[in-house]
Amino acid sequence: MIQRETAPAIETSGLVKVFGTTRAVDGLDLTVPAGSVYGVLGPNGAGKTTAVRMLATLLRPDAGEARVFGLDVVRQADAVRGLVSLTGQYASVDEDMTGTENLILLARLLGYRKPPARARAAQLLDAFGLTDAADRQVKNYSGGMRRRLDIAASILNTPRLLFLDEPTTGLDPRSRNQVWDIIRAVVVQGTTVLLTTQYLDEADHLAARIAVIDHGHVIAEGTPGELKSSIGAGTVHLRLRDPGQRQDAERVLARVLNVPVQLDADPVALTARVIGDGTDRELDMGAAEQASRALSELAAAGIVVDDFSLGQPSLDEVFLALTDRSTPADAAA
Amino acid sequence: MSATTENLAPAVPYVPAAETIGAVMAPGERPPRPSALSASITFGWRAMLKIKHVPEQLFDVTAFPIMMTLMFTYLFGGALAGSTGAYLQYLLPGIMVMSVVMTTMYTGVAVNTDIAKGVFDRFRTLPIWRPAALVGNLLGDLLRYVLASTTIIIVGLIMGFRPSGGILGVLAGVALLVVFSFAFSWIWTMFGLFLRSEKSVMGVSMLFQFPLTFLSNVFVEPTTMPGWLQAFVDVNPITHLVTAVRALMAGTWDTGEITWVLISCVVMTAIFGTLTMRLYNRK
Ligand SMILES: Nc1ncnc2c1ncn2[C@@H]1O[C@H](COP(=O)(O)OP(=O)(O)O)[C@@H](O)[C@H]1O
Ligand SMILES: [Mg+2]
Repeated sequence: MIQRETAPAIETSGLVKVFGTTRAVDGLDLTVPAGSVYGVLGPNGAGKTTAVRMLATLLRPDAGEARVFGLDVVRQADAVRGLVSLTGQYASVDEDMTGTENLILLARLLGYRKPPARARAAQLLDAFGLTDAADRQVKNYSGGMRRRLDIAASILNTPRLLFLDEPTTGLDPRSRNQVWDIIRAVVVQGTTVLLTTQYLDEADHLAARIAVIDHGHVIAEGTPGELKSSIGAGTVHLRLRDPGQRQDAERVLARVLNVPVQLDADPVALTARVIGDGTDRELDMGAAEQASRALSELAAAGIVVDDFSLGQPSLDEVFLALTDRSTPADAAA
Repeated sequence: MSATTENLAPAVPYVPAAETIGAVMAPGERPPRPSALSASITFGWRAMLKIKHVPEQLFDVTAFPIMMTLMFTYLFGGALAGSTGAYLQYLLPGIMVMSVVMTTMYTGVAVNTDIAKGVFDRFRTLPIWRPAALVGNLLGDLLRYVLASTTIIIVGLIMGFRPSGGILGVLAGVALLVVFSFAFSWIWTMFGLFLRSEKSVMGVSMLFQFPLTFLSNVFVEPTTMPGWLQAFVDVNPITHLVTAVRALMAGTWDTGEITWVLISCVVMTAIFGTLTMRLYNRK
């Protein structure tokens, strides 16, 4: 109990879950600091849901250890349940019941007496913009409303750790933004959020740290900035006026930026990655400086540039780069 | 689906406000954990709500028994007992047992549906007495059993069933049947927990329940059956239940059979209740 205050929100070592011949989670090592959003990023089938279910005491690990605020998820499962909440990948609200009934049910199960349970339900429905739909059956809710009700149900007990398993998968952009705002509001209150996602920009927008997982184990871990700088600080896109100058432009870029240059399908376009020093999450000054130096060298060489852009590498590029590598161990920054 | 969704969409799109969400998350006073009983009753309330919202599910427990009673009385009555009226006195307690026991599979189907929909995941992450969700379902079951029994008795009375045990005898018979059904339903809860779909739960339960209910004394006395079949009928708990319920409704008290039934209830609950809880915790 003493260690609970200082222990990380989640700590796993060598966590394993096997289904038949599938090693769904295969030696997962995670440390999630308390008080922020932690992103678990991985493609379909990477083992995200299985890992979350073990941490939420729903599945028993086959090997390894997992602790939540210092409590063992197997031996102290009941104590862990008092601290966590789960919004599963598939709606964990009752479709046949109304929004109000779903929340009252949970409030009662958490020990609220009838009038406070009713008040709590109304308060949550209001905060999540569901008052108008309070007395409709959940099966008539849109995907976004259902997801909001699900999250409302999860924070009813003010959990110290909230698991959100792919909370925006299948939502339209507006609903997705609402969920993002909710997550930001929740974490401000001191609740740690473990967010799994397949969307790289989602982890980028919300998470303080990200673990990239594939085949049931972590292949890279760090802040979004660290992950990006591990494959470069930015990407330069150029369009020339004269396709005949492309070879010259390629030579200049390769010399100035000291990286391989990619010739795009469009005969006037070139792309190159800029390696930065990777110290900042925001666009790297080093990268911008290098790019502008490249531009002036191109002008000096008499090459006419019609269009120029410098972008951050997307986490998509990070993910592809990481999973392409034959030795994933050195992928992390 | 999409039409109703459209209607529900508010005119002004919802914008989450950090303050209001912060307010609902403010760590106010945490209520104490509910007791095992209180958690079970809450789940019972849920079972009632589900019946209120999906009343169609009661169709099976009313229409099916009526059909069975009518069918078997008029089909076998003349041949087996000389007249449908005479046969009804014999058949009705048996057909009631058969129909109610057959509805026990809905317990397993309900559990299976809850799991498939992910609702149970939420319940299983709550720090509550673990069997509460399953025990609470018994309350919904109770409603089903009582409804099915009442339907059959009313249809029987209309058709000419005259139990000499009177109201008390009939109530005692129904009570024994309900107790047995509770114990028996653990079997389907267990199957509901590990079978893949509600269809397979229904399939398996039909596979067990048809022989179990037909190879008994529901329709005829086993005296004309071949010896090997009589041996099965004699150990079939349904046979003992039917004998006991028949006696109660006829105004006699068959202590031997009642004891037999109650012991089988304890045994079934001990075995299948335990297995079910183990599966539920392991899942
Ligand atoms: N209950 C199960 N039985 C068998 N295989 C499973 C089960 N749950 C997950 N798997 C398998 O384990 C792997 C990881 O699944 P999952 O954890 O759902 O991944 P993710 O959530 O990242 O998409 C997949 O190959 C999936 O098919
Ligand atoms: Mg998943």
